[in-house]
Amino acid sequence: MTTTATPPTRAEAETRRRRGLDLDWVRTNGVYVALALLFLLNVVWTNNFLTERTLLLQLIQVTPVVIVALGMALVIGTEGIDLSVGAVMALAAALIPLYVGYGAAMAILIAVLVGFVTGSLAGSMVAVVGVQPIVATLGIMVAGRGVANLLGGEIKTIREPGIVSLGSESLLGVPYVVLIAAVIAALVWFAARRTTYGRQLVAIGGNKRAAELAGLPVKRVVITTYVVAGVLAAIAGVLLAARSQASDPTKLGQLMELSAITAVVIGGTPLSGGQVRIIGTIAGALLMQLIFATLVFHNIPDSTAQMAQAVIVIAAVYVQMGRRRSTS
Amino acid sequence: MTTATAPEVTPGTTGERSSRARVAHLVQRQGALVILVFAAVAATVAFDSFGTQRNLTSIAVQASFLAVVALGMTFVIMGGGIDLSVGSVFALGGVLAAWGSQHGLLVALALPLAVCGAIGLVQGLVIARGGLPPFIVTLAGLLFARGLLLLITDEGSTTYKVPPGAAFREIAQGKLLGLNYTVWVVIVLFLLGGLVLHRTSYGSTTLAVGGQEDAAQLMGLPVMRSKVIAYVTSSLLAALGGIMIASYTSSGVTILGVGMELEVISAVVLGGTLLTGGAGTVLGTLVGVLLLQVIKNIINQVGSLNSNWQAVVSGVILLVVVTAQQWLARVERR
Repeated sequence: MTTTATPPTRAEAETRRRRGLDLDWVRTNGVYVALALLFLLNVVWTNNFLTERTLLLQLIQVTPVVIVALGMALVIGTEGIDLSVGAVMALAAALIPLYVGYGAAMAILIAVLVGFVTGSLAGSMVAVVGVQPIVATLGIMVAGRGVANLLGGEIKTIREPGIVSLGSESLLGVPYVVLIAAVIAALVWFAARRTTYGRQLVAIGGNKRAAELAGLPVKRVVITTYVVAGVLAAIAGVLLAARSQASDPTKLGQLMELSAITAVVIGGTPLSGGQVRIIGTIAGALLMQLIFATLVFHNIPDSTAQMAQAVIVIAAVYVQMGRRRSTS
Repeated sequence: MTTATAPEVTPGTTGERSSRARVAHLVQRQGALVILVFAAVAATVAFDSFGTQRNLTSIAVQASFLAVVALGMTFVIMGGGIDLSVGSVFALGGVLAAWGSQHGLLVALALPLAVCGAIGLVQGLVIARGGLPPFIVTLAGLLFARGLLLLITDEGSTTYKVPPGAAFREIAQGKLLGLNYTVWVVIVLFLLGGLVLHRTSYGSTTLAVGGQEDAAQLMGLPVMRSKVIAYVTSSLLAALGGIMIASYTSSGVTILGVGMELEVISAVVLGGTLLTGGAGTVLGTLVGVLLLQVIKNIINQVGSLNSNWQAVVSGVILLVVVTAQQWLARVERR
């Protein structure tokens, strides 16, 4: 990208490097800075913001996006994308009322198993058949939503005590759903940063051909990644159904794929793969939630909120792009 | 959509190809056509009502809205991009047209085209000049256009009606030789699209950019201009689709177009256009659109089937067709 005709002098190079570093710092940590600033802004400007109730509600609302976005971050790290997550959420949620007769644990197990199946299908299509991720997961998304509607039909309420308590009760003041999201985040972070799998994933996303030539198990890693994304989406669907005590196959998880992708990208993971930022992804999801909440707190109508989000997404990605350009 | 993928099957590969490879190439490109013909024949045999002129006209009219939008998407995808904003722009175009029809035909046509064209222009410039990924930019466009739509409809609570007797209604409700004008619009636009793709330098530039952008740049082709034109065209055609449906339903329905971008992309992919860019046909897209519409129609004909089967069958057919395309591409390469 850089096209310098004459080599710069040492002093010039030094200042450029330092400025590059400063900008780089802002770009790498921009999402945290924005999150902190927006939080402070709300502390000052929004009434009743700094209450346990408000903060917990925000956390509860963001959990499905966080869980789905974590899986999406891994998929994007392999230079893929998963459009099926919203449909998988709906599918998992639609199964709960059908199998709840066998007990809460069984129903949840079957629901999560669906994520495993769709993930295996997506992963195999991408890794073995060689279909582009966006097309493979698009097909699963369309068909999956249809199957969810066929199975679920109308909105069904869930009354099973185990599942209801999963969605509404807390442990030491922290709601179960938030706890589960935190545990998943820790596990995904560990897998991405501290395991061979994580390193292989990043290598494949960076240069698939080279990874293949280096003898990495490309197919296995890619399939595993889509399976993880599918299972996480299914878990998010179960938690959302448990919280709302209902499963609505038409609405549940709609546009979730776009929210999750936005969170990942704003969190600093490039769509071109080869990099995964887990903490950034969580911060990205929190930032989008807080932006939306701020607009709602101040009675900004939905229309303006959406247009504001659009501009923010473009601005955030523009800053991210700058980082890649300056480092490449 | 990066270029770091497996080697592509380029159309113009020279050298002797085995007849097997040639057949594979043909089936890969025209797979959707085979399924379409098969489905249509089967449906004609199975259901008396399928082959009637009334039903076929209805299929053509219903398909025309999607077809117009898919034509724009074809050029975007062939140029290596993607446009997720078309569903929202489609709905926005419809609402603006319905509102504008109260002030005459000219306003009803010019207003949506101007507003949506501007959205396409901004998207194109941000993608071509800013170098941002099309996926993200048009995702933001999706949000923005939907937000604008909500803004002008009191958060979606107002549905503008086309006044009775307005000339605007004629666009989709008027007929020529028994076919609605919208169908003729589609025929003319697809012919034009084919000409532009195969007979103009813009068409070849788009394919070159989609095939290998760096090479196109080095050859001195107007890469940026070709990209901007593609996104503007896509938004204009999405707006036209909205105008057509507003005329057809005589109102600006605010909830239209959600998820339409994905339906449009499947139609384009079914038609044999590669999502990696650099190859594709305009006619294939029309076949893809018709295939999706015929599936819907057939499932409606089987009265006992839940309409959700449409989604299931469309999704499965998409997966099967792309798997077959991939497999045939491999056969062809051997």
